[in-house]
Amino acid sequence: MKDNVKLMKGNEAIAMAAIRYGCDGYFGYPITPQSEVLETLEAQMPWETTGMVVLQAESEVASINMVYGGAATGKAVMTSSSSPGVSLMQEGISYLAASELPALIVNVMRGGPGLGTIHPSQSDYFQATKGGGHGDYHLIVLAPSTVQEMADFVSLGFDLAFKYRTPSMILADGVVGQMMEKVVLPEQRPRRTEEEIRRQCPWAVTGKDHGRTKRNIVTSLELDSAVMEKNNERFQRTYREIEKNEVRYEARYTEDADYLVVAFGSIARICMKAIEDARKEGVKVGLIRPITLWPFPYDAIREAAKNVKGILCVEINAGQMIEDVRLAVSDSVPVRHFGRMGGIVPNPNEILDALRRDFIDKPANAKED
Amino acid sequence: MTREEIIRPENKVYSRPRLIDDNYMHYCPGCSHGVVHKLVAEVIEEMGLEEKAIGIAPVGCSVFAYNYIDCDWIEAAHGRAPALATAASRLNPDKVVFTYQGDGDLAAIGSAETIHACTRGENIVIIMINNGIYGMTGGQMSPCTILGAKTATSPYGRRSDLNGFPLKVSNVVALLDGTCYVTRQAVHTVQAVRKAKNALKKAFKNAIEKKGTSFVEVVGTCSSGWKLTPEKSNKWMEENMFVNYPLGDIKDTAAGLEEKTVEVKKS
Ligand SMILES: Cc1ncc(C[n+]2csc(CCOP(=O)(O)OP(=O)(O)O)c2C)c(N)n1
Ligand code: SF4
Ligand SMILES: [Mg+2]
Repeated sequence: MKDNVKLMKGNEAIAMAAIRYGCDGYFGYPITPQSEVLETLEAQMPWETTGMVVLQAESEVASINMVYGGAATGKAVMTSSSSPGVSLMQEGISYLAASELPALIVNVMRGGPGLGTIHPSQSDYFQATKGGGHGDYHLIVLAPSTVQEMADFVSLGFDLAFKYRTPSMILADGVVGQMMEKVVLPEQRPRRTEEEIRRQCPWAVTGKDHGRTKRNIVTSLELDSAVMEKNNERFQRTYREIEKNEVRYEARYTEDADYLVVAFGSIARICMKAIEDARKEGVKVGLIRPITLWPFPYDAIREAAKNVKGILCVEINAGQMIEDVRLAVSDSVPVRHFGRMGGIVPNPNEILDALRRDFIDKPANAKED
Repeated sequence: MTREEIIRPENKVYSRPRLIDDNYMHYCPGCSHGVVHKLVAEVIEEMGLEEKAIGIAPVGCSVFAYNYIDCDWIEAAHGRAPALATAASRLNPDKVVFTYQGDGDLAAIGSAETIHACTRGENIVIIMINNGIYGMTGGQMSPCTILGAKTATSPYGRRSDLNGFPLKVSNVVALLDGTCYVTRQAVHTVQAVRKAKNALKKAFKNAIEKKGTSFVEVVGTCSSGWKLTPEKSNKWMEENMFVNYPLGDIKDTAAGLEEKTVEVKKS
């Protein structure tokens, strides 16, 4: 156990957790602030130990299509990148979803739009949770706030992807990717055997072997609209199942809260400092930290909002998750956003100031603007 | 002689390859895709690769190759087949992975994936049907369209000053250290079909023996895109395509890849 406790960056934790999960293949392309994932894997040489394939691709377009090819053979495969690279992957991600392939995609977000900045951001929330690529699909989106969660969400992401046959994404920000923390790595698991893959993934393209007489075809193409509609209905049923079973969030100090902060990823931890400072002054603030951004914890937020006077959404962006928070509470309580952009991470004082400005110092009967 | 007397096993001179199944083929009359499908099926069958072969289908007229050739298939996004093949092959080293692509799929949108799979020397077979046109989308210009050829997007004929020059992909990939075998074939005569089949066999053998990337270009016809009868298409191909795309082996390092670049000196 003690051997498994390490001090490392979030990006390194992703790489180490992937090896220990028994991941079969990683395909990626360097981009700041996530290059340590590929660098760590190349340095670890897992092909010598677990047999995991690691390949630096020629682009993110190639990476995601390698993931597509590997996933189609039933293997546990992944890629990681940061915002501009993940934009390039959107076609491939849509194909993965449409072909019902399990895979893990990691986005360590940096500030955009465009080439933007290499500094942290959460401005790909819309892209990750609302589609990003073409067509009606969803990704399971996990938002880690600690290096420990970076490690833990690798296995969670893979397990959910295989359970529902749909790609999942770890949507991290540059803060969790780059910061170093203590992390307990999971025990090494063996990679699945060919036999296990055949059993778990009877759809996998493994060569028409072991007595299988019908060929397996992995495709997203269906020219018959009636059949394509049926396929879409099947995808939607899967999404409804995921929404029913897989919502995850963390609630802190919500029982007695007069005000609620909703924040995900690294900024949620900074918000906790602001919340504790507020509580020292006698102002009761609570926190909901969505862990799954899709499926989004609408019910939990609606429940927590019942007795509060206002909700502050703190995001490292111009206000994206706030749309889902507003959907959760309708007009029952005022919802405000506070965020910084361009790679600037808000500090606890700014967050507390925003709480004061928007709610605490506002007379209860002030007109809503 | 009655019908029954004729239809006897001993009189049989030709049969459909076992791995080409009953599905109704959507190819136009005179299209080369059908012939190359047949060859791929025969080669897989004759080399005993039915349980090992993984095909990667393109986006183009042969997108439905998986409906005709009875082996496992993955259908790729437009141009990305070599990336899929890279992963499928590396993760399943005991399998034999091949891509089947058109000239637009491979040489335009998929040029990067092609070059990098070839330069990495992936142990795969890449088959490109070069009909010098985007057949599927209605006959637009492809990178391989020859100068003067009329297409939907070069209605007065391709001009080098406007559209650049035809891309001779086989010659490009032959320059890469990762390719072990590069050949240009056709399937318009019985003799050509036999040669093309041998080329495919050699390519699949290279993949099994892990000698690097084999690249088989088949110069083919697109009677619909070219707006010619099947017969005239063959003639047009012989007169115009073969001049730009001469047939024959371009590269064959029978022994497999060798390190040709110079490594960093140890200090
Ligand atoms: C990303 C994307 N862009 C464009 C298309 C449209 N498209 C489908 S097939 C094709 C060209 C295929 O031409 P080629 O590869 O030469 O195959 P052929 O039909 O001639 O055999 C194009 C442009 C697509 N499906 N996907
Ligand atoms: S359009 Fe051209 S390439 Fe496509 S099936 Fe017809 S002849 Fe063949
Ligand atoms: Mg073509």
